[in-house]
Amino acid sequence: MSEFVTQATAFKPRSAVTQLQTFREQALNQWLDSHLPNRKTEAWRYLSLRALTGDNYFRTPAETPLEDKRALLTLSNIPGLDCYTVVMFNGSFEPALSSLPDSASGLQVSAFSDLSADVLSPYLNSAFNHQAHPFSHLNACHFADGLFVKAAKNAVIDKPLHLVNLVSKQPEKFNVSPRVLVIAQSGSQVSVIEHYISDEAEQSCFVNGISEYCVEEGAQANLYRLDMLQESAIQISGVHAALAKNASLNSFFLSLGSRLQRCDISVNFRGAGAQANLQGVYLPRNDQQVDYHTCIEHCVPHCTSNEVFRGIVSDNAKAVFNGRIHIHRDAQKTLAQLSNKNLLTSNKAEVDTKPELEIYADDVQCAHGATVAQLDETALHYLTTRGVSREEATVMLSFGFINELIEKIQLAEIGSYLRPVLAKRFASKHDLARHLL
Amino acid sequence: MLSIKNLHVKMANKHILQGLDLNVQPGEVHAIMGPNGSGKSTTGHVLAGREGYEVSSGEVSFKGKDLLQLDTEERAREGLFLAFQYPVEIPGVSNVEFMKAAVDAVRAHRDQPALDSMSFLKKAREYCTAVNLDQNFLKRGVNEGFSGGEKKRNEIMQMMLLEPSLCILDETDSGLDIDALQIVAEGVNRLRSPDRSFVVITHYQRLLNFIEPDVVHVLCGGKIVKSGDKSLALELEERGYAWLEDEVA
Ligand SMILES: Nc1ncnc2c1ncn2[C@@H]1O[C@H](COP(=O)(O)OP(=O)(O)OP(=O)(O)O)[C@@H](O)[C@H]1O
Ligand SMILES: [Mg+2]
Repeated sequence: MSEFVTQATAFKPRSAVTQLQTFREQALNQWLDSHLPNRKTEAWRYLSLRALTGDNYFRTPAETPLEDKRALLTLSNIPGLDCYTVVMFNGSFEPALSSLPDSASGLQVSAFSDLSADVLSPYLNSAFNHQAHPFSHLNACHFADGLFVKAAKNAVIDKPLHLVNLVSKQPEKFNVSPRVLVIAQSGSQVSVIEHYISDEAEQSCFVNGISEYCVEEGAQANLYRLDMLQESAIQISGVHAALAKNASLNSFFLSLGSRLQRCDISVNFRGAGAQANLQGVYLPRNDQQVDYHTCIEHCVPHCTSNEVFRGIVSDNAKAVFNGRIHIHRDAQKTLAQLSNKNLLTSNKAEVDTKPELEIYADDVQCAHGATVAQLDETALHYLTTRGVSREEATVMLSFGFINELIEKIQLAEIGSYLRPVLAKRFASKHDLARHLL
Repeated sequence: MLSIKNLHVKMANKHILQGLDLNVQPGEVHAIMGPNGSGKSTTGHVLAGREGYEVSSGEVSFKGKDLLQLDTEERAREGLFLAFQYPVEIPGVSNVEFMKAAVDAVRAHRDQPALDSMSFLKKAREYCTAVNLDQNFLKRGVNEGFSGGEKKRNEIMQMMLLEPSLCILDETDSGLDIDALQIVAEGVNRLRSPDRSFVVITHYQRLLNFIEPDVVHVLCGGKIVKSGDKSLALELEERGYAWLEDEVA
């Protein structure tokens, strides 16, 4: 066993969740039975785990005084957004910093530790094929607590839920394993913003999260997943959704890039007439690696999936995008679309993009496309003929490339919040982004 | 204003301009006509600074500066404006943000005070109205999904905002409906002043009824083969270009 596996296996975080013994034991066994991915593992071949396995992250973070946490919370503020807020700080639920919905809202937000195993067990690992995700076993062994979110039957939740996962720098490396369970009961509508953010560029955490969305019949879940941990954080996550009959999922994924970032997304259609929209933007720079593996399981007929991801890869950074669409034999009348466009702003930047289609039904429509390109010279030239400097034109064009997706974000406050964050990403000097702010 | 002397330009080893001479004084309007492929757009692009053209000989001076030594954006800031024959679509970059950046850059270069957002927007809206473009075109992506005529009107709107001293209009009239042609011509005429010059590239004499040129040139095979007053345009309309080719030969 590698040292990493030994450390991971031995790690027993302080946890308030005592009622999930069986679940944890199973997870431990599954972890021990699975193999740590390496370059020979197909789904992981383009990603180097060395940053993770070369260090010991399996420690519980030190305590942070409440005032410090409160101060850091301003980092996650989304101006003008009227929302419920749940704060997880270094993986622990912070009721004092949260503003939870009341029972009249139809939205339940509870810590796993306050719920019985009977409530949790039917949902845990239910939304996805967890066997295929070794790090999900580790998450199941390690989450200190979890967050259970349930929109009651037919409830249209009045405000989005802002789920803040704040990570702070610590003197020693440490692990945080967030676990989120969102259930949209039949006919309900709920929006969740999963916001991962950290305080300083120099980070010492390994975040290994799993979020599951169970979208029941006719329900609608909107997910905004913002991965904004800074430079040297390591983040491996799974976001998995199961959609029942006529359910819908609208989702937006952002990765600002960090030292090692892997996100597995799966959408599992379990009832006819369901639909899923996935949009994503990733922006690794410097020596960062971002790896999105998405998987749409069309198991049943008459479902629609539409997936659009765009990436801008700069400096020495590397991005991987693997978009799998699996249309099972019974999934007639499936409509599946996938587009992945990449922009390379340096000749050392690298992208591996691969659509992966497996189609066993004959009456389906499936379209896919992937491109990797540099900035369009004709467009750059046009901008400069109006007096804009080449530098600023480059920033405008890069931003424009992803702005097409940002403009489509339904919650206007999130779009306005992200705009300046993203515009500044492309500008080495502040004033190059000033016309985009 | 502009002086082109014996300009030779190659593109992909093909000789396109072969000894072009052109002198434009402040306040003048010059029309350039000529057959397809004769080098009219090439002239505009070389002046505006597009890459990929090889200037093998010749000189271009613009307001006393050696134009060919300047970067594209410097030429624009110095007051050169090219309305493209085929304006470029740039999805995701909003027209208004683009133009604010352009106007700021140009004004800074000319030591004019920066416009605050409100006064800029006021101007932009006014010029949209002047070329009969709805104001929501400001918010849209640059030329994104604009019709052919809308793109041309957007070019003129940009020109008005940038207050250039030399405006090169490359077939701005092509693709415009009759009303739009008049609107655009009015826009251009509004900008005419003793210290602003125009080079109007067109295939149609009709435009020149609205924008009266001081000189009409015929560009053929990469050089000016004939120049005259506005009656030359009428003659070309009647006789085509073949007789000129014969005359030159
Ligand atoms: N990238 C290129 N590679 C090769 N030849 C080119 C290129 N660009 C232009 N040319 C050639 O140069 C010549 C002049 O082109 P230009 O666009 O200047 O013509 P024009 O006078 O504007 O014609 P039109 O009236 O059709 O707009 C044409 O023969 C054209 O095919
Ligand atoms: Mg032309």
